[in-house]
Amino acid sequence: MIDLVGYGAFFLTTALIFSLVTLGLNLQWGLTGLFNVGLAGFVAIGAYTSALLTTPDDPTRLGGLGLPILVGWLGAMFVGGVAAALTGIATLRLRSDYLAITTFGVAVVVQLVALNAQKLTGGPFGIGFIPRPFGGLAETPLLFNLSNLAIVSAVTLAAYMALEHLTRSPWGRVLKALREDERAAISLGKSARFYRVQAFAVGGAIMALAGALQAHFIGFIAPDNYLSILTFQVWVMLIVGGSGSNAGAIAGSVLVWAIWAGSGALTSVLFAPEQQARAASLQIVAIGVMLCVILLVRPNGIFGERPRRARFGKRTKATASESGS
Amino acid sequence: MSETVLDVSDLEAGYEPGVPIVRGASITVNKGEIVVVLGPNGAGKSSLIKAIAGLVPISRGKVLLDGKDISTAPAHTMVRLGLAFVPQTENIFPRMSVEDNLKVACGILERRQAPARIDEMYAAFPDLLRQRRTPAGNLSGGQRQMLAVARALIVHPKVLVLDEPSAGLSPKFVSMVFEMLSAIRKSGVTILLVEQNAKAALAIGDRAYVLVEGKERHEGAASTLWDDPVVAELYLGQRPLRKDSARHTETGGAA
Amino acid sequence: MSLQFVVDGLLTGSMIGLGAIGVTLTYSILRFSNFAHGDFMAWGTYATLAVVGAIAAMFGKVAPIAPLSFGWPLIVALVVGAAFTALLALLLDKVLFSRLRKQEQAIIAVMGSFGASMALRSLLEFIFTSRPTYFSRAIQIAMPVGFGIRITPDQIALLLLTAALVLGVHLLATRTQTGRSMQAMSQNPALARIAGIDVASVVRVTWVIGAALACVAGVMIGVLVQIRPLMGFDMLLPMFAAAILGGIGSIPGAVLGGLIIGLAEAGAVQLIGAEWRAAVSFVILMAVLIVRPIGLFGVRER
Repeated sequence: MIDLVGYGAFFLTTALIFSLVTLGLNLQWGLTGLFNVGLAGFVAIGAYTSALLTTPDDPTRLGGLGLPILVGWLGAMFVGGVAAALTGIATLRLRSDYLAITTFGVAVVVQLVALNAQKLTGGPFGIGFIPRPFGGLAETPLLFNLSNLAIVSAVTLAAYMALEHLTRSPWGRVLKALREDERAAISLGKSARFYRVQAFAVGGAIMALAGALQAHFIGFIAPDNYLSILTFQVWVMLIVGGSGSNAGAIAGSVLVWAIWAGSGALTSVLFAPEQQARAASLQIVAIGVMLCVILLVRPNGIFGERPRRARFGKRTKATASESGS
Repeated sequence: MSETVLDVSDLEAGYEPGVPIVRGASITVNKGEIVVVLGPNGAGKSSLIKAIAGLVPISRGKVLLDGKDISTAPAHTMVRLGLAFVPQTENIFPRMSVEDNLKVACGILERRQAPARIDEMYAAFPDLLRQRRTPAGNLSGGQRQMLAVARALIVHPKVLVLDEPSAGLSPKFVSMVFEMLSAIRKSGVTILLVEQNAKAALAIGDRAYVLVEGKERHEGAASTLWDDPVVAELYLGQRPLRKDSARHTETGGAA
Repeated sequence: MSLQFVVDGLLTGSMIGLGAIGVTLTYSILRFSNFAHGDFMAWGTYATLAVVGAIAAMFGKVAPIAPLSFGWPLIVALVVGAAFTALLALLLDKVLFSRLRKQEQAIIAVMGSFGASMALRSLLEFIFTSRPTYFSRAIQIAMPVGFGIRITPDQIALLLLTAALVLGVHLLATRTQTGRSMQAMSQNPALARIAGIDVASVVRVTWVIGAALACVAGVMIGVLVQIRPLMGFDMLLPMFAAAILGGIGSIPGAVLGGLIIGLAEAGAVQLIGAEWRAAVSFVILMAVLIVRPIGLFGVRER
């Protein structure tokens, strides 16, 4: 029974950390219409930044400043936000595909740095001994898991409330208006672009914070944690929850993580150990197909906003495909 | 009674279902005629001919071309059926040479016919011959209209349909375009056009319709329409309004 | 620094360039960046590998065409594999992309391609596992050709194949009615329909060319390096960077962009180290986006 509560707390903590990433993505995509296919990179930036700031000194690599955890988190948000802002500044005057390609590139490069800049990131072995909040409670796993859940819940709730406030603010309304018409957003020039860069940076900072939370929760990070599969999972979470809705982002994250963890547990029961890697890839196939089906049937998600109607003058975009079937 | 080429009856069409812009319009075009559709801004003139060309969904009514119903035919089959459309703007491929613009339109001709047909277009539009290697986007406004019309004519259409061919052109080119259309008609091509520049269009037209709120309200010989008091009431209105419509023509404002 | 990097760069550049042709055509004609393009590469390669296996099962061991490492079975299999990849692309367009392209936001199609990419790649891992495999384990002797450069017969053959394919596609795009129709579609899709161009058939041709070339590029990687389910996904960033560097919509641009990136990668491998290879595309991509986003041969969008 206590095991179950402990596992439940562990599960929820992970799901809520995913929720935080999804909230960041929802600000970028759901509210502002900015397409980020490299979010794993921003999560990784947060995790590594916080790890470098807070781990004890290690002669084999740089960093290890031994600062308080809170400083690590703030640092993660700062670096993640700056990285996102730079990406936005470089691409947001162009068509949205360029942002997609660039963020994809960011994720590739972050992965490369994590793997190869051994002095900074520990290379393929990653960074260990990341201080854990309530590390003193690690002797009693239940209490430890529950206190972690409490912290992560508090951070997620704070992010949720802040984002809800932002969405309703004049700032959020401008973003929504810009999302409705990409051409207008580009042609409005610098001021419009600045709004979008801000949104992209705040989203990046939230993702980085999630990465930092995860790092301190597990106590250990490695490049493998931040592959494109992470990006993919979060996208599915957002689409299932319905882009545009912060509550949907959280619900979608918990639901998809439950499906993911459940089907993972199922494959480990059903398949022999040597077949499990293969079974895991089938799991990804299933989720990929699910994403495509949702996009086809309900592009705004299962709990999403009602579909926006196409307006006059936007038809030209569709003409390329009209008889393409 | 002359032979009817295009017979549009009770046409209802619009971009959004339930929001018709063309509301029960009926027009006919006879062989060898130039028919002009006039009307105030927002009357649905452009939508009417775009619907005829298969570019705006039709919700009711019929479009008969030589007696054959083409109201459900997809836009890309229209040239094959004998209807060639010249849009008001973006009616050339800007980064293809003049010659490639013509060649790409020859898709429905037999392969052997195409070069001869292109030469015929060059004979009719010597300006295009001189610029055959120029990217079409570098042509002047008048030359672009020439190319757009040549592109449409190259396939021997039964009817040539034009959306405001003089819009956005300087006065010199406006008269050139109308002279060109007049010459094309003399060669035996039937023409249907929508125009804001009523005076110039009526000068070359045989018959005209005045479209108001998506429905034709008046029909008559082009020569007499200008003086018709009903038309003045419906379309031309008070004197200041005429100035207004002329201004729209200059800025290329579309209906 | 040895000039060997020129050969290595041209080879990598050929693979990137052949792939980038598909990326640039999809972007300019179908108007979305296809993140599944790399996976067409991998699927084509595995399909070719499967056909090679089937031929070996039917005809036994076939001697390679000296001095190459492969014989006629690979050539036949490549043709079958390319056809298979083209069919795969057409199928995916029918069930997924054509429907997503009709939706209001063009970016939905990009998202769909990202999902499809993940599914396709993982399906390959499921069928063939993620262990690398090879067309041939024979080791070829590289011949010295002067200036400290060595090259294998396979490499020469594949460079020639690339040149022939690029020339062929370029002629198709500029000298045939099909090619003109494709140009017309990319410049003004609405007018293309008015001019009587059958949009659906142009769309099909675009997929077939892109997918078939992706298959060839994949098989080149398979012959010269190795075959892995991730092989195409790893090529995605270089292909996008090459297409953008060359100017979206330009076939010669895509190939030139591929060669530049290939040479830059090979140079970086010598100067900095192989582990940083993947960063080269990103650096070039960012430079192009900041300095000249329309690329070398690109044109401003209307």
